Amino acid sequence: MPSDSTVSVEKQPAPLNGGRALLRLGGIGIIILCVVGGFLYLGGWFSPNALTPARFVDAFERADGVHSGFRRNHAKGVGVSGYFESNGQGTRLSRAAVFSPGRVPVIGRFSFGGGVPDVADAPNTVRGLGLLFRLPDGEEWRTAMVNLPVFPFQTPQDFYDNLVASQPDPKTGKPDPEKMAAFGASHPATVRALGIIQSHAPSSGFDNTAFNSLNAFRFIDAAGASIPVRWSLAPVQPLVAATAATTAQTDKNYMFDALIASILQHPLQWHLIITIGQPGDPTNDATMAWPDGPEQVDVGTLTLDHVESEETSFARDVNFDPLVLPSGMAPSDDPLLSARSAIYSQSFTRRAGEAKTPSAISAADVRK
Amino acid sequence: MAIPQTQFTVLMRILHWLMAAMVLAMLGIGVAMVASLGDYHRLVSIHRPLGIAILILVVIRFVNRQFSTLPPFPATMSSQERLVAHASEILLYTLLFVLPLIGWGMLSAARFPIVLCGTLHLPPILPHSVMLYAFLRKTHTILAYLLFLAFIAHFGAVLFHTLVVRDGLIKRMAPWRVQAR
Repeated sequence: MPSDSTVSVEKQPAPLNGGRALLRLGGIGIIILCVVGGFLYLGGWFSPNALTPARFVDAFERADGVHSGFRRNHAKGVGVSGYFESNGQGTRLSRAAVFSPGRVPVIGRFSFGGGVPDVADAPNTVRGLGLLFRLPDGEEWRTAMVNLPVFPFQTPQDFYDNLVASQPDPKTGKPDPEKMAAFGASHPATVRALGIIQSHAPSSGFDNTAFNSLNAFRFIDAAGASIPVRWSLAPVQPLVAATAATTAQTDKNYMFDALIASILQHPLQWHLIITIGQPGDPTNDATMAWPDGPEQVDVGTLTLDHVESEETSFARDVNFDPLVLPSGMAPSDDPLLSARSAIYSQSFTRRAGEAKTPSAISAADVRK
Repeated sequence: MAIPQTQFTVLMRILHWLMAAMVLAMLGIGVAMVASLGDYHRLVSIHRPLGIAILILVVIRFVNRQFSTLPPFPATMSSQERLVAHASEILLYTLLFVLPLIGWGMLSAARFPIVLCGTLHLPPILPHSVMLYAFLRKTHTILAYLLFLAFIAHFGAVLFHTLVVRDGLIKRMAPWRVQAR
């Protein structure tokens, strides 16, 4: 700690006269203002219209309300767990430890898109599956997948603008058709993607749903070579198309109830399929499908054999951030990826501090 | 009688300027990343290992300080001013130690992997609790703004002494060598 003895470093210069001292003080003030201004500039204080994670999550909250303790999107869900059994085929694509032959434990969460935690189950609602693979050396791989074949938006801004355009009109309770039409007219990629999405009929339940990574990623092999990939989960359970009979249900939770019933009967399984991007396959545009080529590799089987309500599940309090990647996997140049990571974090932080309200699928629902 | 020391030791000055650059970068990255969508991942991937590096360096710096002789304050500083300067040093050391620790702790409470680079990652230091995460996350932001204010006060005081009082205060920490009289 500094001693109190004093010493002058060198001869003191004569004190400044009042005017010059004031001038120098002013100069110091300007320097400090520049530093503070630079800090605030970096924090976005001078760009109030720029899209930030907070403004994005605000838009979800305006669309669906704030439901204490729930995710701002994909609010309704159940926790699951099981394991992934790698067949070793993935090791030539990526050095990630998850692809070494053998089992790793997996925690997951099935969900419906949207921010309403007690929304009625419906086959046309987006289905989500968040997964967390625990690798042997303490690493993790998290992925948040949906059942859409492609994503409707190229950029975070497009997604946000669509959220704003589809905001229900307070008078009619429905989105303004003019705004929706204007959005479509200025976003041909979204219109094209929605065409692809509508041509895929939804399956009857969660258990026979195929889930897709949507965004492209990069796999890095042991030699350091990198390839573009997308992944998907292909259900072992036979595909049954959703029918009018299955949709006209009185039970609001009929799809979750069916999932619980089937998982209690027998473990559910999916093949993890890696699609390798060919030259020309876009890695920065999730609205574009990659043609099904010969370059698809089945790298192992996901088995989910346990289901529980969010109240007891680890999955409720986890952020399925798609950029929690083990060594051997890396993000692509898709602008959605970093934005998803930022927005998931914002949603997680908001709900983490809120009182938790019971989920639509209760512990009793899972036991019955 | 030995010539009174006019400067901090070479190691102390290296640590000071190295950490000054790191902490300034850290504050800028921190405030930018929470407002960013496109650069969020890149920035947060630097923020985590840089924070841990600061935590390690501040411990080294604190231990080294206990074994070093410090140059005296200039005669131009009153005893109250010395008290304030000393208190601000304690505040800066405390924040540089506590901020990275809270960052590590909050990610632990969220069970978010604390990846430094490649497969290198840190173990969690707190139990899984999202309420605890939310509290620490808020604390991290508040203390980071406090650190920025403490930096501004420190920077402003040194500028004031160097440019207005002209007592050569900066020479104690100058990266170049200053000869004792």
